[in-house]
Amino acid sequence: MTATDAHIASQPLPDAAPAGQPALSIGNVSHSYGPRRALIDVDFTVAPASFTALLGLNGAGKSTLFSLVTRLFGIQTGRISIFGHDISRAPGEALRLLGVVFQPRTLDLDLSLTQNLLYHAALHGISRREARLRSAEVLDRIKLADRAASKVRDLSGGQMRRLEIARALLHRPRLLLLDEATVGLDVKARADILDHVRQLVTEQGIGVLWATHLFDEIMPSDDLVVLHQGRMLAHGKVSRVIAEAGAQDVNTAFMRLTGTATLNGKPA
Amino acid sequence: MTSTTATPARTGFSPSEYIVCLNGIVWREALRFLHQRERFVSALVRPLVWLFIFAAGFRQVLGISIIPPYETYILYEVYIAPGLMAMIQLFNGMQSSLSMVYDREMGNMRTLLVSPLPRGYLLFCKLLAGTAVSLLQVYAFLVIAWFWDIAPPTIGYLTVLPALVLSGLMLGALGMLISSGIKQLENFAGVMNFVIFPMFFASSALYPLWRVQEGSPMLYYVCQCNPFTHAVELIRFALYGKMNWVSLAVVGGCTVVFMAGAILAYDPSRGLVRRGPGGGEA
Repeated sequence: MTATDAHIASQPLPDAAPAGQPALSIGNVSHSYGPRRALIDVDFTVAPASFTALLGLNGAGKSTLFSLVTRLFGIQTGRISIFGHDISRAPGEALRLLGVVFQPRTLDLDLSLTQNLLYHAALHGISRREARLRSAEVLDRIKLADRAASKVRDLSGGQMRRLEIARALLHRPRLLLLDEATVGLDVKARADILDHVRQLVTEQGIGVLWATHLFDEIMPSDDLVVLHQGRMLAHGKVSRVIAEAGAQDVNTAFMRLTGTATLNGKPA
Repeated sequence: MTSTTATPARTGFSPSEYIVCLNGIVWREALRFLHQRERFVSALVRPLVWLFIFAAGFRQVLGISIIPPYETYILYEVYIAPGLMAMIQLFNGMQSSLSMVYDREMGNMRTLLVSPLPRGYLLFCKLLAGTAVSLLQVYAFLVIAWFWDIAPPTIGYLTVLPALVLSGLMLGALGMLISSGIKQLENFAGVMNFVIFPMFFASSALYPLWRVQEGSPMLYYVCQCNPFTHAVELIRFALYGKMNWVSLAVVGGCTVVFMAGAILAYDPSRGLVRRGPGGGEA
Protein backbone atom coordinates (compact mmCIF):
# COMPACT_ATOMS: atom_id res chain seq x y z
CA MET A 1 0.00 0.00 0.00
CA THR A 2 1.50 3.36 -1.00
CA ALA A 3 1.43 6.41 1.23
CA THR A 4 -1.31 7.86 -0.95
CA ASP A 5 -3.38 4.70 -0.77
CA ALA A 6 -2.97 4.62 2.97
CA HIS A 7 -4.11 8.22 3.19
CA ILE A 8 -7.16 7.53 1.04
CA ALA A 9 -8.02 4.53 3.19
CA SER A 10 -7.69 6.55 6.37
CA GLN A 11 -9.91 9.38 5.17
CA PRO A 12 -13.52 9.36 6.28
CA LEU A 13 -16.13 9.81 3.62
CA PRO A 14 -17.43 13.35 3.41
CA ASP A 15 -19.75 14.25 6.26
CA ALA A 16 -23.27 12.93 5.99
CA ALA A 17 -25.79 15.48 4.88
CA PRO A 18 -28.05 16.66 7.68
CA ALA A 19 -31.53 15.24 7.57
CA GLY A 20 -34.09 17.74 6.38
CA GLN A 21 -31.58 20.31 5.14
CA PRO A 22 -31.37 20.84 1.39
CA ALA A 23 -27.86 21.01 0.00
CA LEU A 24 -28.84 24.21 -1.77
CA SER A 25 -31.88 26.35 -1.25
CA ILE A 26 -32.69 29.15 -3.69
CA GLY A 27 -35.53 31.18 -2.21
CA ASN A 28 -37.39 33.64 -4.44
CA VAL A 29 -34.21 35.08 -5.91
CA SER A 30 -34.38 37.97 -8.36
CA HIS A 31 -31.47 39.85 -9.90
CA SER A 32 -31.19 42.76 -12.32
CA TYR A 33 -28.40 44.34 -14.32
CA GLY A 34 -29.65 47.88 -14.38
CA PRO A 35 -33.03 47.78 -16.07
CA ARG A 36 -32.54 44.25 -17.41
CA ARG A 37 -33.92 41.50 -15.20
CA ALA A 38 -31.66 38.44 -15.31
CA LEU A 39 -33.47 36.34 -12.70
CA ILE A 40 -37.09 36.63 -11.70
CA ASP A 41 -38.33 34.99 -8.52
CA VAL A 42 -36.34 31.78 -8.94
CA ASP A 43 -37.14 29.27 -6.21
CA PHE A 44 -35.94 25.66 -5.92
CA THR A 45 -33.85 23.32 -3.83
CA VAL A 46 -31.14 20.75 -4.50
CA ALA A 47 -31.26 17.70 -2.26
CA PRO A 48 -28.11 16.12 -0.86
CA ALA A 49 -26.85 13.15 -2.88
CA SER A 50 -28.87 14.19 -5.90
CA PHE A 51 -28.07 15.29 -9.42
CA THR A 52 -30.01 18.38 -10.45
CA ALA A 53 -29.74 19.61 -14.01
CA LEU A 54 -30.23 23.33 -14.53
CA LEU A 55 -31.36 23.54 -18.13
CA GLY A 56 -31.55 26.76 -20.07
CA LEU A 57 -30.46 28.53 -23.21
CA ASN A 58 -27.49 30.85 -23.23
CA GLY A 59 -28.59 33.98 -21.40
CA ALA A 60 -31.24 32.15 -19.38
CA GLY A 61 -29.63 33.32 -16.13
CA LYS A 62 -27.66 30.20 -15.19
CA SER A 63 -24.31 31.94 -14.79
CA THR A 64 -25.93 34.79 -12.87
CA LEU A 65 -27.44 32.26 -10.50
CA PHE A 66 -24.03 30.62 -10.04
CA SER A 67 -22.43 33.98 -9.34
CA LEU A 68 -25.03 34.63 -6.65
CA VAL A 69 -24.58 31.21 -5.03
CA THR A 70 -20.79 31.63 -5.01
CA ARG A 71 -21.11 35.17 -3.63
CA LEU A 72 -19.37 36.77 -6.58
CA PHE A 73 -22.48 38.94 -6.81
CA GLY A 74 -24.48 40.24 -3.88
CA ILE A 75 -28.05 39.02 -3.53
CA GLN A 76 -30.53 41.77 -4.40
CA THR A 77 -33.76 39.94 -3.59
CA GLY A 78 -34.40 36.55 -2.03
CA ARG A 79 -32.32 34.14 0.01
CA ILE A 80 -29.73 31.50 -0.80
CA SER A 81 -28.48 28.95 1.69
CA ILE A 82 -26.17 25.95 1.57
CA PHE A 83 -27.03 23.25 4.08
CA GLY A 84 -28.91 25.85 6.05
CA HIS A 85 -26.14 28.46 6.04
CA ASP A 86 -27.28 31.74 4.56
CA ILE A 87 -24.74 32.79 1.94
CA SER A 88 -25.11 36.47 2.87
CA ARG A 89 -25.03 36.12 6.64
CA ALA A 90 -22.64 33.19 7.07
CA PRO A 91 -20.62 33.11 3.84
CA GLY A 92 -17.63 31.33 5.38
CA GLU A 93 -19.67 28.40 6.65
CA ALA A 94 -21.63 28.19 3.40
CA LEU A 95 -18.61 28.40 1.09
CA ARG A 96 -16.76 25.73 3.08
CA LEU A 97 -19.38 23.24 1.92
CA LEU A 98 -19.32 24.34 -1.69
CA GLY A 99 -17.17 23.26 -4.62
CA VAL A 100 -17.46 25.13 -7.91
CA VAL A 101 -16.46 24.57 -11.52
CA PHE A 102 -17.04 27.75 -13.45
CA GLN A 103 -17.74 27.90 -17.15
CA PRO A 104 -14.54 29.80 -18.00
CA ARG A 105 -11.31 28.03 -17.11
CA THR A 106 -10.05 29.27 -13.76
CA LEU A 107 -6.77 27.36 -13.60
CA ASP A 108 -3.44 29.13 -13.59
CA LEU A 109 -1.94 27.94 -16.86
CA ASP A 110 1.66 28.73 -15.91
CA LEU A 111 1.58 26.68 -12.73
CA SER A 112 1.79 22.91 -12.52
CA LEU A 113 -1.17 20.70 -11.70
CA THR A 114 0.05 20.20 -8.16
CA GLN A 115 0.75 23.90 -7.69
CA ASN A 116 -2.79 24.75 -8.76
CA LEU A 117 -4.17 22.25 -6.28
CA LEU A 118 -1.92 23.46 -3.46
CA TYR A 119 -3.01 27.04 -4.08
CA HIS A 120 -6.67 26.06 -3.86
CA ALA A 121 -6.01 24.08 -0.68
CA ALA A 122 -4.28 27.08 0.88
CA LEU A 123 -7.29 29.26 0.10
CA HIS A 124 -9.32 26.81 2.19
CA GLY A 125 -6.82 26.81 5.04
CA ILE A 126 -5.65 23.23 4.42
CA SER A 127 -2.10 22.70 5.66
CA ARG A 128 0.62 22.09 3.09
CA ARG A 129 1.25 18.53 4.28
CA GLU A 130 -2.41 17.58 4.09
CA ALA A 131 -2.78 19.43 0.79
CA ARG A 132 0.06 17.43 -0.75
CA LEU A 133 -1.54 14.16 0.28
CA ARG A 134 -4.95 15.19 -1.02
CA SER A 135 -3.45 16.50 -4.27
CA ALA A 136 -1.68 13.20 -4.90
CA GLU A 137 -4.93 11.41 -4.09
CA VAL A 138 -7.12 13.40 -6.49
CA LEU A 139 -4.55 13.35 -9.29
CA ASP A 140 -4.42 9.61 -8.89
CA ARG A 141 -8.19 9.40 -9.13
CA ILE A 142 -8.40 11.46 -12.29
CA LYS A 143 -5.48 9.55 -13.78
CA LEU A 144 -3.21 12.57 -14.07
CA ALA A 145 -0.69 11.59 -11.40
CA ASP A 146 2.04 11.23 -14.01
CA ARG A 147 1.42 14.82 -15.13
CA ALA A 148 1.54 16.30 -11.62
CA ALA A 149 4.57 18.48 -12.36
CA SER A 150 3.48 19.51 -15.86
CA LYS A 151 2.22 22.97 -16.58
CA VAL A 152 -1.54 23.17 -16.87
CA ARG A 153 -1.28 24.80 -20.29
CA ASP A 154 0.07 21.48 -21.63
CA LEU A 155 -3.16 19.63 -20.77
CA SER A 156 -6.04 18.94 -23.13
CA GLY A 157 -9.42 20.60 -22.58
CA GLY A 158 -10.88 17.44 -21.06
CA GLN A 159 -7.91 17.00 -18.73
CA MET A 160 -8.23 20.60 -17.58
CA ARG A 161 -11.88 20.07 -16.78
CA ARG A 162 -11.10 16.92 -14.83
CA LEU A 163 -8.47 18.84 -12.93
CA GLU A 164 -10.92 21.64 -12.19
CA ILE A 165 -13.43 19.15 -10.84
CA ALA A 166 -10.73 17.47 -8.76
CA ARG A 167 -9.71 20.87 -7.44
CA ALA A 168 -13.29 21.74 -6.55
CA LEU A 169 -13.45 18.55 -4.47
CA LEU A 170 -10.11 19.03 -2.72
CA HIS A 171 -11.63 20.63 0.38
CA ARG A 172 -14.31 17.91 0.50
CA PRO A 173 -17.42 19.98 -0.17
CA ARG A 174 -20.95 18.60 0.18
CA LEU A 175 -22.37 20.53 -2.75
CA LEU A 176 -20.81 20.82 -6.20
CA LEU A 177 -21.82 23.40 -8.79
CA LEU A 178 -20.77 22.95 -12.40
CA ASP A 179 -21.53 25.64 -14.93
CA GLU A 180 -21.60 24.13 -18.43
CA ALA A 181 -18.55 22.07 -17.53
CA THR A 182 -18.52 20.12 -20.80
CA VAL A 183 -18.62 23.06 -23.20
CA GLY A 184 -15.96 22.74 -25.87
CA LEU A 185 -15.11 19.10 -25.12
CA ASP A 186 -15.35 16.13 -27.46
CA VAL A 187 -17.98 13.45 -27.00
CA LYS A 188 -15.78 11.06 -25.05
CA ALA A 189 -14.42 13.71 -22.70
CA ARG A 190 -18.00 14.91 -22.07
CA ALA A 191 -19.18 11.39 -21.25
CA ASP A 192 -16.20 10.77 -18.96
CA ILE A 193 -16.78 13.93 -16.99
CA LEU A 194 -20.49 13.34 -16.68
CA ASP A 195 -19.88 9.77 -15.46
CA HIS A 196 -17.33 11.02 -12.97
CA VAL A 197 -19.72 13.60 -11.54
CA ARG A 198 -22.59 11.10 -11.31
CA GLN A 199 -20.28 8.75 -9.41
CA LEU A 200 -19.62 11.51 -6.90
CA VAL A 201 -23.36 11.66 -6.25
CA THR A 202 -23.85 7.93 -5.77
CA GLU A 203 -20.56 7.08 -4.05
CA GLN A 204 -19.89 10.16 -1.97
CA GLY A 205 -23.38 11.55 -1.50
CA ILE A 206 -22.50 14.94 -2.92
CA GLY A 207 -25.34 17.16 -4.11
CA VAL A 208 -24.71 18.37 -7.67
CA LEU A 209 -26.18 21.29 -9.57
CA TRP A 210 -25.22 20.83 -13.23
CA ALA A 211 -25.95 23.78 -15.49
CA THR A 212 -26.28 22.83 -19.13
CA HIS A 213 -28.01 23.56 -22.38
CA LEU A 214 -27.49 20.03 -23.73
CA PHE A 215 -30.47 17.69 -23.41
CA ASP A 216 -28.43 14.51 -23.80
CA GLU A 217 -26.67 15.22 -20.51
CA ILE A 218 -29.93 14.77 -18.61
CA MET A 219 -31.17 11.38 -17.36
CA PRO A 220 -34.75 10.45 -16.41
CA SER A 221 -33.76 9.93 -12.77
CA ASP A 222 -32.33 13.44 -12.43
CA ASP A 223 -34.00 16.43 -10.91
CA LEU A 224 -34.56 19.17 -13.44
CA VAL A 225 -34.87 22.94 -13.24
CA VAL A 226 -35.84 24.69 -16.46
CA LEU A 227 -34.72 28.30 -16.60
CA HIS A 228 -35.74 30.58 -19.42
CA GLN A 229 -35.21 34.32 -19.74
CA GLY A 230 -34.60 34.51 -16.00
CA ARG A 231 -37.79 32.67 -15.03
CA MET A 232 -38.04 29.17 -13.63
CA LEU A 233 -40.55 27.32 -15.80
CA ALA A 234 -40.40 23.86 -14.24
CA HIS A 235 -38.81 22.01 -11.34
CA GLY A 236 -39.03 18.33 -10.41
CA LYS A 237 -38.03 14.87 -11.53
CA VAL A 238 -37.31 14.79 -15.23
CA SER A 239 -40.09 12.26 -15.78
CA ARG A 240 -42.59 14.50 -14.01
CA VAL A 241 -41.54 17.60 -15.92
CA ILE A 242 -41.93 15.68 -19.19
CA ALA A 243 -45.34 14.37 -18.16
CA GLU A 244 -46.59 17.77 -17.02
CA ALA A 245 -45.51 19.28 -20.31
CA GLY A 246 -47.41 16.52 -22.13
CA ALA A 247 -44.24 15.57 -24.00
CA GLN A 248 -42.32 12.40 -24.79
CA ASP A 249 -38.82 13.56 -23.92
CA VAL A 250 -36.85 16.43 -22.39
CA ASN A 251 -36.23 17.93 -25.77
CA THR A 252 -39.92 18.32 -26.57
CA ALA A 253 -40.82 19.28 -23.02
CA PHE A 254 -38.30 22.11 -23.12
CA MET A 255 -39.60 23.26 -26.48
CA ARG A 256 -43.18 23.34 -25.21
CA LEU A 257 -42.29 25.05 -21.95
CA THR A 258 -40.19 27.75 -23.55
CA GLY A 259 -41.83 28.03 -26.94
CA THR A 260 -38.45 27.64 -28.63
CA ALA A 261 -37.39 25.30 -31.40
CA THR A 262 -34.66 22.72 -30.91
CA LEU A 263 -32.22 21.18 -33.31
CA ASN A 264 -30.31 17.93 -32.90
CA GLY A 265 -30.67 17.84 -29.16
CA LYS A 266 -29.65 21.46 -28.70
CA PRO A 267 -31.85 24.48 -28.34
CA ALA A 268 -31.90 26.25 -31.69
CA MET B 1 -16.29 19.56 7.89
CA THR B 2 -19.73 19.27 9.34
CA SER B 3 -22.05 22.09 8.69
CA THR B 4 -25.62 21.64 9.71
CA THR B 5 -28.15 23.20 11.92
CA ALA B 6 -28.70 19.89 13.71
CA THR B 7 -24.98 19.42 14.30
CA PRO B 8 -23.43 22.77 15.17
CA ALA B 9 -21.37 23.97 12.25
CA ARG B 10 -17.72 24.92 12.51
CA THR B 11 -17.82 28.65 12.65
CA GLY B 12 -14.92 30.96 12.02
CA PHE B 13 -11.41 29.96 11.13
CA SER B 14 -8.42 29.03 13.23
CA PRO B 15 -5.28 31.20 13.20
CA SER B 16 -3.41 28.42 11.42
CA GLU B 17 -5.96 28.48 8.58
CA TYR B 18 -5.39 32.21 8.17
CA ILE B 19 -1.62 31.69 8.10
CA VAL B 20 -1.87 28.81 5.62
CA CYS B 21 -3.99 31.00 3.36
CA LEU B 22 -1.52 33.91 3.56
CA ASN B 23 1.41 31.61 2.82
CA GLY B 24 -0.44 30.14 -0.14
CA ILE B 25 -1.23 33.50 -1.70
CA VAL B 26 2.31 34.84 -1.20
CA TRP B 27 3.77 31.59 -2.55
CA ARG B 28 1.61 31.76 -5.67
CA GLU B 29 2.50 35.41 -6.28
CA ALA B 30 6.20 34.59 -5.92
CA LEU B 31 5.85 31.64 -8.33
CA ARG B 32 4.14 33.82 -10.90
CA PHE B 33 6.84 36.43 -10.52
CA LEU B 34 9.58 33.86 -11.00
CA HIS B 35 7.82 32.55 -14.09
CA GLN B 36 7.74 36.04 -15.55
CA ARG B 37 11.45 36.75 -15.64
CA GLU B 38 10.98 39.52 -18.15
CA ARG B 39 8.79 41.27 -15.60
CA PHE B 40 11.67 41.21 -13.12
CA VAL B 41 14.12 42.47 -15.70
CA SER B 42 11.87 45.28 -16.89
CA ALA B 43 11.11 46.24 -13.28
CA LEU B 44 14.86 46.72 -12.81
CA VAL B 45 15.70 48.26 -16.15
CA ARG B 46 13.20 51.10 -15.72
CA PRO B 47 14.80 52.69 -12.62
CA LEU B 48 18.28 51.90 -13.84
CA VAL B 49 17.67 53.85 -17.03
CA TRP B 50 16.65 56.80 -14.88
CA LEU B 51 19.68 56.34 -12.69
CA PHE B 52 22.34 55.73 -15.33
CA ILE B 53 21.11 58.01 -18.08
CA PHE B 54 18.66 60.60 -16.81
CA ALA B 55 20.50 61.29 -13.56
CA ALA B 56 23.86 61.43 -15.30
CA GLY B 57 22.51 64.01 -17.72
CA PHE B 58 20.82 66.12 -15.09
CA ARG B 59 23.63 65.99 -12.58
CA GLN B 60 25.09 69.22 -13.89
CA VAL B 61 21.77 70.98 -14.30
CA LEU B 62 20.15 70.29 -10.95
CA GLY B 63 22.12 71.25 -7.89
CA ILE B 64 20.97 69.76 -4.63
CA SER B 65 21.45 71.87 -1.52
CA ILE B 66 21.77 70.29 1.90
CA ILE B 67 18.27 69.22 2.89
CA PRO B 68 17.14 66.67 5.44
CA PRO B 69 17.84 63.81 5.77
CA TYR B 70 21.15 64.55 4.03
CA GLU B 71 23.89 66.15 6.11
CA THR B 72 26.15 67.11 3.25
CA TYR B 73 26.02 67.89 -0.44
CA ILE B 74 24.99 64.90 -2.47
CA LEU B 75 25.05 63.86 -6.08
CA TYR B 76 21.82 63.96 -8.01
CA GLU B 77 21.94 60.16 -8.37
CA VAL B 78 21.91 59.85 -4.61
CA TYR B 79 18.95 62.20 -4.40
CA ILE B 80 16.75 60.33 -6.87
CA ALA B 81 17.54 56.82 -5.60
CA PRO B 82 14.69 56.81 -3.01
CA GLY B 83 12.33 58.16 -5.66
CA LEU B 84 13.30 55.35 -7.98
CA MET B 85 12.77 52.82 -5.20
CA ALA B 86 9.28 54.20 -4.74
CA MET B 87 8.82 54.16 -8.51
CA ILE B 88 9.55 50.42 -8.52
CA GLN B 89 6.83 49.97 -5.95
CA LEU B 90 4.44 52.23 -7.84
CA PHE B 91 4.85 50.23 -11.02
CA ASN B 92 4.65 46.98 -9.09
CA GLY B 93 1.40 48.11 -7.45
CA MET B 94 -0.06 48.97 -10.84
CA GLN B 95 1.26 45.71 -12.28
CA SER B 96 -0.55 43.82 -9.54
CA SER B 97 -3.64 45.82 -10.35
CA LEU B 98 -3.22 44.90 -14.01
CA SER B 99 -2.88 41.23 -13.11
CA MET B 100 -6.06 41.44 -11.02
CA VAL B 101 -7.96 42.83 -14.00
CA TYR B 102 -6.45 40.10 -16.17
CA ASP B 103 -7.33 37.42 -13.62
CA ARG B 104 -10.85 38.77 -13.45
CA GLU B 105 -11.23 38.65 -17.21
CA MET B 106 -9.68 35.19 -17.45
CA GLY B 107 -11.66 33.84 -14.52
CA ASN B 108 -8.69 33.07 -12.21
CA MET B 109 -9.87 35.69 -9.75
CA ARG B 110 -12.92 33.59 -8.93
CA THR B 111 -10.70 30.95 -7.35
CA LEU B 112 -9.61 33.53 -4.82
CA LEU B 113 -12.99 35.13 -4.25
CA VAL B 114 -14.92 31.91 -3.58
CA SER B 115 -12.56 30.98 -0.76
CA PRO B 116 -14.52 30.73 2.50
CA LEU B 117 -12.11 33.02 4.34
CA PRO B 118 -13.23 36.65 4.75
CA ARG B 119 -12.84 38.53 1.51
CA GLY B 120 -11.14 41.50 3.15
CA TYR B 121 -8.51 39.16 4.51
CA LEU B 122 -7.99 37.55 1.09
CA LEU B 123 -7.43 40.95 -0.49
CA PHE B 124 -5.05 41.92 2.29
CA CYS B 125 -3.06 38.71 1.66
CA LYS B 126 -2.95 39.55 -2.02
CA LEU B 127 -1.67 43.00 -1.11
CA LEU B 128 1.03 41.59 1.17
CA ALA B 129 2.08 39.19 -1.57
CA GLY B 130 2.46 42.05 -4.05
CA THR B 131 4.44 44.06 -1.51
CA ALA B 132 6.78 41.11 -0.89
CA VAL B 133 7.47 40.92 -4.62
CA SER B 134 8.17 44.67 -4.75
CA LEU B 135 10.70 44.30 -1.91
CA LEU B 136 12.66 41.78 -3.97
CA GLN B 137 12.82 44.27 -6.82
CA VAL B 138 13.81 47.21 -4.62
CA TYR B 139 16.62 45.34 -2.91
CA ALA B 140 17.92 44.09 -6.26
CA PHE B 141 17.96 47.75 -7.38
CA LEU B 142 19.81 48.77 -4.21
CA VAL B 143 22.47 46.15 -4.86
CA ILE B 144 23.09 47.46 -8.37
CA ALA B 145 22.96 51.07 -7.16
CA TRP B 146 25.64 50.28 -4.59
CA PHE B 147 28.05 49.61 -7.45
CA TRP B 148 27.13 53.06 -8.77
CA ASP B 149 28.34 54.63 -5.52
CA ILE B 150 24.89 55.07 -4.07
CA ALA B 151 25.68 53.66 -0.70
CA PRO B 152 23.50 54.71 2.23
CA PRO B 153 24.64 53.78 5.74
CA THR B 154 24.66 50.02 6.17
CA ILE B 155 21.94 50.24 8.82
CA GLY B 156 19.85 52.07 6.25
CA TYR B 157 19.28 48.85 4.32
CA LEU B 158 17.50 47.55 7.40
CA THR B 159 15.72 50.69 8.58
CA VAL B 160 14.25 51.26 5.13
CA LEU B 161 12.49 47.89 5.20
CA PRO B 162 9.45 48.95 7.29
CA ALA B 163 9.11 52.08 5.17
CA LEU B 164 9.16 49.98 2.01
CA VAL B 165 6.56 47.62 3.42
CA LEU B 166 4.25 50.50 4.27
CA SER B 167 4.72 52.32 0.98
CA GLY B 168 4.33 49.01 -0.89
CA LEU B 169 1.05 48.39 0.91
CA MET B 170 -0.20 51.89 0.11
CA LEU B 171 0.65 51.71 -3.57
CA GLY B 172 -0.63 48.14 -3.84
CA ALA B 173 -3.91 49.11 -2.17
CA LEU B 174 -4.23 52.01 -4.59
CA GLY B 175 -3.69 49.60 -7.49
CA MET B 176 -6.28 47.23 -6.07
CA LEU B 177 -8.79 50.04 -5.71
CA ILE B 178 -8.14 51.13 -9.28
CA SER B 179 -8.48 47.55 -10.56
CA SER B 180 -11.98 47.35 -9.11
CA GLY B 181 -13.07 50.20 -11.35
CA ILE B 182 -11.53 48.91 -14.58
CA LYS B 183 -13.93 46.87 -16.65
CA GLN B 184 -11.59 45.68 -19.36
CA LEU B 185 -7.90 45.10 -19.78
CA GLU B 186 -7.78 47.55 -22.68
CA ASN B 187 -8.79 50.37 -20.35
CA PHE B 188 -5.67 49.86 -18.33
CA ALA B 189 -3.54 52.06 -20.56
CA GLY B 190 -5.40 54.99 -19.02
CA VAL B 191 -3.90 54.11 -15.67
CA MET B 192 -0.47 54.89 -17.07
CA ASN B 193 -1.55 58.32 -18.23
CA PHE B 194 -3.84 59.28 -15.39
CA VAL B 195 -2.23 57.65 -12.38
CA ILE B 196 1.39 56.58 -12.76
CA PHE B 197 2.83 59.54 -14.66
CA PRO B 198 1.07 62.31 -12.70
CA MET B 199 1.88 60.63 -9.38
CA PHE B 200 5.51 60.17 -10.28
CA PHE B 201 6.23 63.57 -11.84
CA ALA B 202 4.19 65.61 -9.35
CA SER B 203 6.26 64.37 -6.46
CA SER B 204 9.63 64.83 -4.81
CA ALA B 205 11.02 61.76 -6.58
CA LEU B 206 13.04 63.70 -9.17
CA TYR B 207 13.45 67.13 -7.64
CA PRO B 208 13.24 68.61 -4.17
CA LEU B 209 9.97 70.40 -3.48
CA TRP B 210 11.65 73.69 -2.61
CA ARG B 211 12.76 73.84 -6.24
CA VAL B 212 9.24 73.14 -7.41
CA GLN B 213 7.95 75.89 -5.13
CA GLU B 214 10.29 78.38 -6.76
CA GLY B 215 8.91 77.51 -10.16
CA SER B 216 5.23 77.02 -9.42
CA PRO B 217 3.63 77.41 -5.98
CA MET B 218 0.49 75.71 -7.29
CA LEU B 219 2.42 72.61 -8.39
CA TYR B 220 4.17 72.64 -5.03
CA TYR B 221 0.83 72.24 -3.24
CA VAL B 222 -0.21 69.51 -5.66
CA CYS B 223 3.05 67.69 -4.88
CA GLN B 224 2.44 68.12 -1.16
CA CYS B 225 -0.99 66.53 -1.50
CA ASN B 226 0.36 63.64 -3.54
CA PRO B 227 0.65 60.51 -1.36
CA PHE B 228 3.49 59.31 -3.57
CA THR B 229 5.59 62.30 -2.43
CA HIS B 230 5.20 61.10 1.14
CA ALA B 231 6.06 57.52 0.18
CA VAL B 232 9.28 58.84 -1.39
CA GLU B 233 10.12 60.97 1.63
CA LEU B 234 9.35 58.15 4.06
CA ILE B 235 11.75 55.91 2.15
CA ARG B 236 14.36 58.67 1.81
CA PHE B 237 14.45 59.37 5.54
CA ALA B 238 14.32 55.68 6.50
CA LEU B 239 17.21 54.92 4.17
CA TYR B 240 19.33 57.24 6.32
CA GLY B 241 18.00 55.90 9.60
CA LYS B 242 15.66 58.82 10.18
CA MET B 243 11.93 59.22 10.50
CA ASN B 244 9.65 61.63 8.68
CA TRP B 245 6.57 61.61 10.88
CA VAL B 246 4.35 63.59 8.53
CA SER B 247 5.07 61.20 5.68
CA LEU B 248 4.51 58.24 7.96
CA ALA B 249 1.09 59.58 8.95
CA VAL B 250 0.10 60.34 5.34
CA VAL B 251 1.28 56.99 3.98
CA GLY B 252 -0.31 55.08 6.87
CA GLY B 253 -3.57 56.98 6.52
CA CYS B 254 -3.70 56.55 2.75
CA THR B 255 -2.98 52.82 3.11
CA VAL B 256 -6.00 52.44 5.39
CA VAL B 257 -8.25 54.52 3.13
CA PHE B 258 -7.20 52.79 -0.12
CA MET B 259 -7.47 49.34 1.46
CA ALA B 260 -10.91 50.08 2.89
CA GLY B 261 -11.98 51.33 -0.53
CA ALA B 262 -10.69 48.18 -2.22
CA ILE B 263 -12.44 45.90 0.28
CA LEU B 264 -15.64 47.87 -0.19
CA ALA B 265 -15.27 47.70 -3.96
CA TYR B 266 -14.83 43.93 -3.93
CA ASP B 267 -17.64 43.37 -1.43
CA PRO B 268 -20.37 41.61 -3.42
CA SER B 269 -23.20 43.38 -1.65
CA ARG B 270 -21.81 46.89 -1.79
CA GLY B 271 -19.14 46.66 -4.44
CA LEU B 272 -18.32 49.26 -6.99
CA VAL B 273 -17.21 46.55 -9.42
CA ARG B 274 -19.49 46.59 -12.40
CA ARG B 275 -21.48 43.40 -12.59
CA GLY B 276 -23.17 42.09 -15.59
CA PRO B 277 -22.79 39.80 -18.51
CA GLY B 278 -19.69 40.85 -20.34
CA GLY B 279 -19.15 43.67 -18.01
CA GLY B 280 -16.59 42.03 -15.90
CA GLU B 281 -17.28 40.83 -12.47
CA ALA B 282 -15.82 40.47 -9.07
